[in-house]
Amino acid sequence: MAGIRDLAARYGTAPAEVVPTRPDVLIVRAGDVVVKAHAPGAPREPLERRMRTVAHPALRGIMLEPLTEEVVTIGGRLVTVWPAGTPVDPADPDAAPWEEAARLLARLHAVPAGRVPPPPAAGGPGKVVAMAARLRGNPSAAARAVRGALACLPDLEDVPGPAGLTHGDWHMGQLVRTGDGWILIDVDDLGVGDQAWDLARPAAWFAAGLLDPAVWHRFLDAYRAAGGSATGVGDPWERLNLPAQATTVQLAAAALSTAEREGRALDEVEEALVETCQRIVQFRTACHSVPTQ
Amino acid sequence: MQCPKCRGNMRTYERNGVHIDQCDSCRGIFLDYGELETLTRFENQYHAAPPPPPPPPMHHGAPGWGAPHHGGHYGHHRRSWVGMLFSS
Repeated sequence: MAGIRDLAARYGTAPAEVVPTRPDVLIVRAGDVVVKAHAPGAPREPLERRMRTVAHPALRGIMLEPLTEEVVTIGGRLVTVWPAGTPVDPADPDAAPWEEAARLLARLHAVPAGRVPPPPAAGGPGKVVAMAARLRGNPSAAARAVRGALACLPDLEDVPGPAGLTHGDWHMGQLVRTGDGWILIDVDDLGVGDQAWDLARPAAWFAAGLLDPAVWHRFLDAYRAAGGSATGVGDPWERLNLPAQATTVQLAAAALSTAEREGRALDEVEEALVETCQRIVQFRTACHSVPTQ
Repeated sequence: MQCPKCRGNMRTYERNGVHIDQCDSCRGIFLDYGELETLTRFENQYHAAPPPPPPPPMHHGAPGWGAPHHGGHYGHHRRSWVGMLFSS
């Protein structure tokens, strides 16, 4: 921690302060610089490759450029250094920049993977499997529903399909505003994969009845209008079904783990995710059942 | 027929079921018995029946495994929904 503060103070222009984020990541801000300590145990080589990808000029104006490509080790943690930006205000989710986000994803998806130093595989599918594994030993009906939905899906890390440059973990916390407007942040899951995964969270929220349909359609309109091709040109759900279902499993598993850790019952939003897992099982079973004759 | 005001020639028009006599010279309009009431009725219907609000846009469709959207009640302000919107 002291070393990370020192690094922030060395690059930054003001005293270092810790920025709230998820528990396994540490972010320290010093004026116009943030220093990120990546999750404990994160391997060095994939992060180094992702830093080289994101530093490439083809991604300027799309993903935040690091102050240095260098990955430093401090106290056993991998650490990277970035310019600071202003995140989307969580207190005002209705003002979230859905269209801007959609256009940035469309621009990212339009960058040919071969134009940038090659990143590893995108992190999305692996995160689903890792999050679902946290439910191991949870005997509740809700946990069974989530495991049941995952069991219906094909092997997520072995799905053939068009692959391109992908953010890998997109949600509204993955945007900051800088002097040049909104820009995507977080390289941890950047990679080559099915780009439809970058739309999977809003798709899953819409399918769970949590996201206002008008917002979802605005988001998808803006994505397609900006040339975004991950959902094809016809019915977007042909490409979105699998990533959105897998993401629903991930979100439900995360919600169950949090509720269990906090020793409380599921709230209405978390229940909606579990119910969506039950519908996924019904949908997949109906699709794949073979008529017996 | 002659205009009762300027003695000009009056011509008959029909607009949406209402007979209107208009003078070619002074452009004055003459309504037959009951035609003013017909116009008033049309006006009231126009004000009383605004077009129904457009349905929410669903032009990209919804998946077969999606929640039934009953409209209106989205969990924007639930703590766990906002948390999920912004975190990995």
